[in-house]
Amino acid sequence: MIKSEYLLLVLGMGLVTYIPRWVPIFFLSRRQLPRWFAEWLDFIPVAILSALVFPELISGGSPRYLDLLRPQFIVAVPTFVFALKTRSLGGTVVTGMLLFWLAGKFM
Amino acid sequence: MVNTTESAKENLDTTFMCKEGIKAGWPICLGYFPIGLAFGVLAQKAGLHPVEIGLMSLVVFAGSSQFVAVSMLSGGASTLSIVLTTLIINLRHLLMSSSLAGYLRSVDKIWTALFAYGVTDESFAVNLNRFQSSNWDWRRALVVNQTANLAWIVSSIVGAYGGQFIPAGTFGIDYALIAMFLCLLVFQLRGRLYALTALVAGALAVCFALLIPGNSYIVVASVLAASIGAVFRRRNVFND
Repeated sequence: MIKSEYLLLVLGMGLVTYIPRWVPIFFLSRRQLPRWFAEWLDFIPVAILSALVFPELISGGSPRYLDLLRPQFIVAVPTFVFALKTRSLGGTVVTGMLLFWLAGKFM
Repeated sequence: MVNTTESAKENLDTTFMCKEGIKAGWPICLGYFPIGLAFGVLAQKAGLHPVEIGLMSLVVFAGSSQFVAVSMLSGGASTLSIVLTTLIINLRHLLMSSSLAGYLRSVDKIWTALFAYGVTDESFAVNLNRFQSSNWDWRRALVVNQTANLAWIVSSIVGAYGGQFIPAGTFGIDYALIAMFLCLLVFQLRGRLYALTALVAGALAVCFALLIPGNSYIVVASVLAASIGAVFRRRNVFND
């Protein structure tokens, strides 16, 4: 069955993952935030989404290197335009998948 | 008046809320499936039992750190070093939970404690957009989190049992999450200052990703770019 050392590992990982998820919600949801902090937080979503997606598009490998010709990036251009024009999340996901699948066939 | 009470009733109907949550969360599930499968396959190759794999997906529920943990395990790393690495990889959730906190006022502590468990890059992005643009509430957001959670756990167990028999790259499914993030990024471009912040964050993230191993580039780039955006707003640069 599950070894106690593995159980300890999973519980430890779970704890250190849970704390950063929980602490801000616990403390920040019960108080009025200073204005500068609220203004700063307003820019966090756009910054995080961009920081998550751009390296995925134009860098790869381990150690990472810059690659502007990755199919991920080439497909991202029409997918991005589609999202801008339609503002449809489901449609963008399906279009992106389809284009990436086609790119895999032809590139 | 009758209409408002009826719509209020409908708003709190559990089945209706579950449907709305699942409708918002399906792109996440689609994106999690290939990743969960791959995780299950790798973890099984590293010598873990499907029960152990499912347990990690249930307790940790954080994709990239689970991949790292499994590769460290097969490399013979100590428990402490894996836990510390997990902490560093998942610190970025601090920022996401901070952004979500404002929408969880007056929600019972027990429910926010459960909600916190389901905060991932993906559920954060989907829920935040919903909170900003519609009358989204914590119950629907919780359904999004838990639906994604279920997809993650199930797919990693399926992967552990036979993921190697499923061909990789089927129907471009590997692109689901990237496409979702691209669209959610578009939704966040609410003015020139946000677009500028996005460009700065993207450029910094790529630079740091090339220079520093690991994923700390996400936190560093986001914090710097958001600060630049906030300073510009204070000085009324590009305001619109």
